[in-house]
Amino acid sequence: MTTTHTYDALVVGGGGGGLRAAIELSERCRTAVLSKLYPTRSHTGAAQGGVCAALGNVEEDSPEWHAFDTVKGGDYLVDQPAARLMTEEAIEAIYQLERWGLPFNRTPDGRIDQRRFGGHTRNHGEAPVKRACYAADRTGHMILQTLYQQCVKRDVRFFNEFYCLDLLRDDAGATVGIVAFELATGELHTFRAKAVVFATGGYGRMFRVTSNAHALTGDGPAVVWRRGIPLEDMEMFQFHPTGLARLGVLLSEAARGEGGIVLNSEGERFMERYAPTIKDLAPRDMVSRAIYQEIKEGRGGGPNGDWVYLDISHLDPKVIEEKLPDITEFARIYLKVEPLDEPVPIQPTAHYAMGGIPTDTDGRVVVGADEDVVPGLYAVGECACVSVHGANRLGTNSLLDLVVFGRRAGDDAARFVREADLATPSEHPEQPTLELLDGILGRTTGDNAGEIRTELQDNMFDLAFVVRSDESLTKMQQILTSLRERYERVAITDKGARYNTDLMETVELGYLLDCADALVAGALVRTESRGAHFREDHPLRDDANWLKHTLAYRERDGSIRIEYKPVKMGPYVPMERKY
Amino acid sequence: MATAADVLDASDRERPTTDTIALTVRVRRFNPEVSEDSWWDEWTVRCDPLERLVEVLHQIKWHHDGTLSFRRSCAHGICGSDAMLINGRNQLACKVLAQDVAPRVTIEPIRGLSVLKDLIVDMDPFMDGYRSILPYLINDSGEPEKERRQSPEDRHRYDDTTKCILCAACTTSCPVFWGDEGYVGPAAIVNAHRFIFDSRDEAGRERMKILSEKTGVFRCRTTFNCTDACPRGIEVTKAIQEVKRAILFERF
Repeated sequence: MTTTHTYDALVVGGGGGGLRAAIELSERCRTAVLSKLYPTRSHTGAAQGGVCAALGNVEEDSPEWHAFDTVKGGDYLVDQPAARLMTEEAIEAIYQLERWGLPFNRTPDGRIDQRRFGGHTRNHGEAPVKRACYAADRTGHMILQTLYQQCVKRDVRFFNEFYCLDLLRDDAGATVGIVAFELATGELHTFRAKAVVFATGGYGRMFRVTSNAHALTGDGPAVVWRRGIPLEDMEMFQFHPTGLARLGVLLSEAARGEGGIVLNSEGERFMERYAPTIKDLAPRDMVSRAIYQEIKEGRGGGPNGDWVYLDISHLDPKVIEEKLPDITEFARIYLKVEPLDEPVPIQPTAHYAMGGIPTDTDGRVVVGADEDVVPGLYAVGECACVSVHGANRLGTNSLLDLVVFGRRAGDDAARFVREADLATPSEHPEQPTLELLDGILGRTTGDNAGEIRTELQDNMFDLAFVVRSDESLTKMQQILTSLRERYERVAITDKGARYNTDLMETVELGYLLDCADALVAGALVRTESRGAHFREDHPLRDDANWLKHTLAYRERDGSIRIEYKPVKMGPYVPMERKY
Repeated sequence: MATAADVLDASDRERPTTDTIALTVRVRRFNPEVSEDSWWDEWTVRCDPLERLVEVLHQIKWHHDGTLSFRRSCAHGICGSDAMLINGRNQLACKVLAQDVAPRVTIEPIRGLSVLKDLIVDMDPFMDGYRSILPYLINDSGEPEKERRQSPEDRHRYDDTTKCILCAACTTSCPVFWGDEGYVGPAAIVNAHRFIFDSRDEAGRERMKILSEKTGVFRCRTTFNCTDACPRGIEVTKAIQEVKRAILFERF
């Protein structure tokens, strides 16, 4: 028994990208937002340091400089027209957030204050520039709250704790709707709609050490992948240099923006050697690799010699109190370290997926090298790949991506639904989902999902993290094959209908396995090092062969086919990345 | 060939077992599909002393009893999903460490909201309270071309109440809320405070009218439970007092 709902547009995911799209849509058509969490629990709220826009409130700046930094930071895998568009629209997007009430920190004359952030520079790399608008070190929290407040104001229809499990497409490939699982009751719901916007976030939970929430399991990318949509640049996953040691909880780059430095076990500020101009404010991929190198050469600290340190103890305690209160508390609570007095142990942590569902700059999902538009299907935010982050995202550009492309996707979808007809789903659209769930629920004995998850996370961390090789990735691919075999036999103990989180987590594990498959396949074929993707057997960037995006397709027999599409170039000619 | 892991592995797995401690976890269970009454279950697990309680619950769920149900997401105190009554105090399970409660911890659902299953409660009445106080900036004086100006002092005036993550730890620690579902509760007042004292907002009077009604701010008996419970360190009772004073003296 399923319930059927009909809307013009559906948004799947209640984080920043989804809410921004919903604001745009809800004023113009019948819209619903499905979220597997209460929207204010979304991981946008964990973003800390800031959101960049060349407002020039504190020092001279320009959107063109911002675009250059974004392209260079992304190691030239960025689609340059998309980056330019984002940095141009950034300015109005920030003013709009402010007018909606976002409590930005202020300059003495009452304007939005700005601070430094990694990889953001004045005049094409001359020196760091103050570009990040911020609200203490809880900028993401304030963006999520502000966007949710605007949804409350507009009385947006939410289906909270509804989990999307399938995308419905007609024979011509057009979007028909989705099937969702209501967590409270275990009931399946069919949602018919002309347009569906996926905004489900990332998939960092495939790694053992991650800054990502438990909920970040690649639901959107996996659901569309199973329905024939390719995934773009999945090998490009960002490892943030400053995760709390052992836990991976993020310590914002804002700590370095405010003057914090990274030290090895000898107390040396080693980034001076790796990035002489901007030092600790080098982009994240470079700092993570530098940390790896220091540890490899025996200059790591901690019981296993695998930590380095983030030092903010020389900063004015008042600055720390006002601008970095949350991350200071994380160190105190979770490591029992006092950042005012001593350096904080850190290690790289799996942080952000640059790759995802391929879209154009209107959020429309596009397939193949020719970018054929899938009618009615949209994706925004971390689950999407525009691509504005290329091979390595600059700090703050994720929050910017959400508000700029969330608005654009919502705007385009609202126009689309005015002209499109509501398609009719097949007779039992929920059947495949029912089979998926019944398969898991029906087995009384079998493999344990928790063990499969742990093995996935441990091995991805060991074999597909900051440094990769043909050997490590081939081994990971074999492990994934055996994990998938075990997953097909998985059994759970909770057979109930009500809040069956055992069942939901097991479905999530299947999605994580899909995303890991795509990530490893892309990483194996890309025999070069670019941005966050570092191959120790191919340590240099290879523009002659690899200045192109990968597109991974899931074939019917379960194998993966890789296609390529060109990077959209612009004024910036690839050059060696020095900082 | 050495891979990243040979070097970077933080290696919980290599940690000697002598580092771990035993923790007995007692949980009040409820599932109407099983029984009309709640019951208690107890597990003893070994874990790192610095392990977060939410991860101890995961260890139980993933390896001992998959039916144990609770909400969680970020696991570092920012999403507000895992507010629970832990040893009699409302706390986030991801901000309590095993060593803080060992050798024994008792976990129950937060009070005053209907329990749906185990540690999961019905959040809708709580969110209704939040929605009732017009939780969004209202300013009809026309929009500036760029940003509205706000001095650092005016910005600081409402800073504390912008931290709220809507976890419900404050509201469900309030004895008045337990006894009266109509009371909007501390979290809703905190969110009203956030706008009433924002120099850019023009609807303070409207919110104060809502909060001066019988379900509003004067139900507060100043027991300070809410301030003690807030995982974000918001001075909740102080915020409530400021709203009361603003209503009495129309000063804000």
